[in-house]
Amino acid sequence: MKYAYYPGCSAHSTARDMHESCMAVSEALGIELSEIKGWTCCGASAAHQTDRKLAASLASANLLKARQMGMDMVVNCAACYNRSKAANHEVVHSDEMKRAIAEILGEPYDGSVPVRHFVEVLLKDFGPAKLRKKIVVPLTGLKVAAYYGCYLVRPPEATGFDDPENPTVLESLIDVTGAESVEWSGKVDCCGGMQNLTRTEITIKRSAAVIEMAQAAGADCIVVACPMCQISLDVRQADMEKLLGRKYDIPVIYITQLIGLALGLAPEKLGFSKLMVDPAAVLRTAKAAVS
Amino acid sequence: MTTRISKQKAPGDLLKIVREKADVDLSTCYQCRKCSVGCPVADRVESPPSEIIRRLQLGAGDELLQTGLIWICLSCETCYARCPNKINFAAVIDALRSIAVEKGVARPQGDAPLFNRLFLDTVRSYGRAYDLKAIVKYKLGTGDMKQDMDKFPSMLKKGKMAILPPSGADKGKVKRIFEKAAQNKGTGR
Repeated sequence: MKYAYYPGCSAHSTARDMHESCMAVSEALGIELSEIKGWTCCGASAAHQTDRKLAASLASANLLKARQMGMDMVVNCAACYNRSKAANHEVVHSDEMKRAIAEILGEPYDGSVPVRHFVEVLLKDFGPAKLRKKIVVPLTGLKVAAYYGCYLVRPPEATGFDDPENPTVLESLIDVTGAESVEWSGKVDCCGGMQNLTRTEITIKRSAAVIEMAQAAGADCIVVACPMCQISLDVRQADMEKLLGRKYDIPVIYITQLIGLALGLAPEKLGFSKLMVDPAAVLRTAKAAVS
Repeated sequence: MTTRISKQKAPGDLLKIVREKADVDLSTCYQCRKCSVGCPVADRVESPPSEIIRRLQLGAGDELLQTGLIWICLSCETCYARCPNKINFAAVIDALRSIAVEKGVARPQGDAPLFNRLFLDTVRSYGRAYDLKAIVKYKLGTGDMKQDMDKFPSMLKKGKMAILPPSGADKGKVKRIFEKAAQNKGTGR
């Protein structure tokens, strides 16, 4: 099981916890992630808001690098995943985009390099049955709200990730860890992350609404697969408390951190110290399972 | 709300540019308003998505570039995902954003165009995003030094944000992409 791995810029900054836990989990499971040499920014939301051709070209440059390696490209950041999938979709469906990209990149690209999110690899390639056998610390009793946000599921024509209104991929993985996923209706709502620095009040209120729904469903923690969502829901909790006058205090962790704990990996190897909201509630469950 | 559209106005010019930039066919919209109902920021703007489509169809001019949704939109793409006719309204908003910036009419609250430019500047220089630099320059550019200043020390200390610039990217490739993309703007079709 070998893939061309695209970490994305946030893997070395605001989402080191995501990257470290992904590395630790893949190593523990024998999934080989070979980093794409010289990979470059996918353009993120700034590029597609500015110039569609620039955005598709920036993402396609990495897809061409993955093609040279002859492997599927695996992405763990939902935003990079979204931009790469969108580039593929646009190139396939528009001759003008195909022409422009060939000119901008200096080489043709046909949009055919498969892009996979790491959770798809875990569930579809590695498989839940095999994963279940590797669980040594079942997280029994932990109630988890699986939060997908926007980038994994929309637009469905481009990402093809799962049911866009009621995805269940994360719940399937949570189930394998022994934790219990709660039923709730906020899982594909938007956290407002794109306006995190520009219209912060919108992000604070959107993210607070998501957290309130998760808490009303009885969740002890929220599990995410997107650095934009993680930052909004985790780092902004202090602002929510100031603005809305109520306590939130719920850990927001990556799905790879949750799986890592269940695999018996040390929290230090999974980036838990980088979270802004204390993940004690999650770590206690893991500790209780060991003793 | 009521939007008045003058009959004398040269019709369709903005619609034509948006159609080309976004590669969408807005004529299939039958105003079911699923986009507006699903839009998480519709309650904050004077014209929700379905109304912007209608205004474009009726020959709206550059006054539409001042509409609030352009820079409040979260790019969550719920509008596109739920459209029964698969109109990519998120791409319509992106097109309006880029036209607003090109025409120099964009100075929205929060100044997203400034942030986008500074973010892309770091990508152009390093081949990858250097968020700390983009954020500091954005704070200096907007003069908003209060928001978030309490958070940076703990984020940097925890390693929740990188202090040093990124390294290891194929910078030459990215430079070429920016140069050629600038030449390619407005070409084709």
